[in-house]
Amino acid sequence: MASLGPSPDRIVPPQEAIPVLSVSGLRKSYAGHEVVSGVGFTLARGECYGLLGPNGAGKTTTLRCCLGLTTPDAGVIRLLNEPVPARAREARMRVGVVPQFDNLDPDFSVAENLQVFGRYFGISDAETRRRIPDLLEFAGLTGKETARLATLSGGMKRRLTLARALVNDPDLLLLDEPTTGLDPQARHLIWERLKRLLQQGKTILLTTHFMDEAERLCHRLAILDAGRIVAEGGPRELIAGQIEPQVIEVYGEDAASWAGAEGPSLARRIEVSGETAFCYVDVGEVAPLLAQLARRPTLRTLHRPANLEDVFLKLTGRELRD
Amino acid sequence: MHPHFALPSFSWRAIAVWRRNFLVWRKMAIPSVLGNLADPMIYLFGLGYGLGSLLPEVGGVTYIVFLASGTVCASTMNAASFEALYSGFSRMHVQKTWEAILNAPVNLDDVLAGEWLWAASKATLSGLAIMLVIGLLGFIASPLALWAIPVVFLVGLSFGALGLIVTALAPSYDFFMYYFTLFLTPMVLLCGVFFPVEQLPPLLQSVAGQLPLAHAVRLVRPLLLGEWPADAGQHLAALLLIALAAYWLALALTRRRLLK
Repeated sequence: MASLGPSPDRIVPPQEAIPVLSVSGLRKSYAGHEVVSGVGFTLARGECYGLLGPNGAGKTTTLRCCLGLTTPDAGVIRLLNEPVPARAREARMRVGVVPQFDNLDPDFSVAENLQVFGRYFGISDAETRRRIPDLLEFAGLTGKETARLATLSGGMKRRLTLARALVNDPDLLLLDEPTTGLDPQARHLIWERLKRLLQQGKTILLTTHFMDEAERLCHRLAILDAGRIVAEGGPRELIAGQIEPQVIEVYGEDAASWAGAEGPSLARRIEVSGETAFCYVDVGEVAPLLAQLARRPTLRTLHRPANLEDVFLKLTGRELRD
Repeated sequence: MHPHFALPSFSWRAIAVWRRNFLVWRKMAIPSVLGNLADPMIYLFGLGYGLGSLLPEVGGVTYIVFLASGTVCASTMNAASFEALYSGFSRMHVQKTWEAILNAPVNLDDVLAGEWLWAASKATLSGLAIMLVIGLLGFIASPLALWAIPVVFLVGLSFGALGLIVTALAPSYDFFMYYFTLFLTPMVLLCGVFFPVEQLPPLLQSVAGQLPLAHAVRLVRPLLLGEWPADAGQHLAALLLIALAAYWLALALTRRRLLK
């Protein structure tokens, strides 16, 4: 039975009340530069929690700290009720990790990759062999047992990495940008599999900078910027709480000058990026704004509801982060 | 002291790392062993018969017999070094194999211990293959030579650990050239592989005598010739000390590099 996040009116058995992962006051500096500055969050059993942020926001460092691979300068982490980093190894017995970059073993076949990885958990070869058919079936790789790694597509490798992360039947899955670099078909397949895992009661912590991924999968998410959580909540809740509900995008060579001259009197907030002006408005302000814009034949418009990307860009800014 | 220099910890998980490398090796065991044999055999036969025909006895035996025991040591050194340098660096830096392993309940100490034991094991396989060939050629005097097997393993541990230090510091594969040119190649020429260390000028002799390959040769050569090595305890202690100290330093440097 999967529980969809903490709900106060649900009667929760005591062992489920213990968070799967809790992080508080996490800090980490490299060479005097603080990359994580007081991050804290909690994952309830069965929840999918997302860490969103631009490059360099501190997502991967936070994950490394949670696994005990990096010792934080300050903060308290409990992973599956074990203190981290002190007992990180014991905690990792029940965690599966999908890293940002594939690190499958190129010297081994598909099945050997799972077999060898099982040994790192102390799982007997016989037991891993028993699990392999189900894992490959889950990953859509049935019949590929003996295939060499070089013959797999990017999507297949990603799915094999996911299968490898499940070899120890973990309670918690950590996914670092699980669909970066995949084509839409492959991404949808991964999403479908992750939803299936949530239905089985697994807990998921994922980092991403794809807003549609976060909106689809995450029950709750945190937006990280410069090492801090700048907003936290459910995707709908964040959109409702952080931003005007409607967006009118205005395109054209003179969009910027229009936004400077007439825009402010018509929209609560306008952001200009190149030849596009993003007008953030309330429901009642849509019609007058569109009527005004209709008089400007050189400007094209697109009216849509606000989404998570708007929240993200509002909170983290539009300038490049690399 | 900095926490990176905490004493190494060992757990059974290191065996899983060793087995991973063994499985890769097993897939290409025959070409790997033949490849490891070809180079030293060419030296042994070329120099042993060619140069040897010009020489009287060296160290009380024919030159090729003298050279055979040196070749066992040099090959063991090379095999351990190649494994710890090139293969180790591939797994650490290029393929990110270690990164994958560290996400499982395996610590960096276990990964490095597994790599270290594997480098020594592969070096032992290489040393054994050469001992087998020279044994078949009749260059081994007595069953006392069996004692050379654990010595060869210890030599593998020493050079495996030294190699892991260099790997922990390496920005790329090119870096290893320095280690070969400045350390390994001089050792092959100075430590008694091709001629007795006593032929060197006294100053060079006393330096060369302290190098790890010299201790290896001082132990392995007499054993293959059917004698107990002189000062065996000293040479064993020196190799053991080098192996443990180098491993400790390699681990500290690897922790500094990877546990950021």
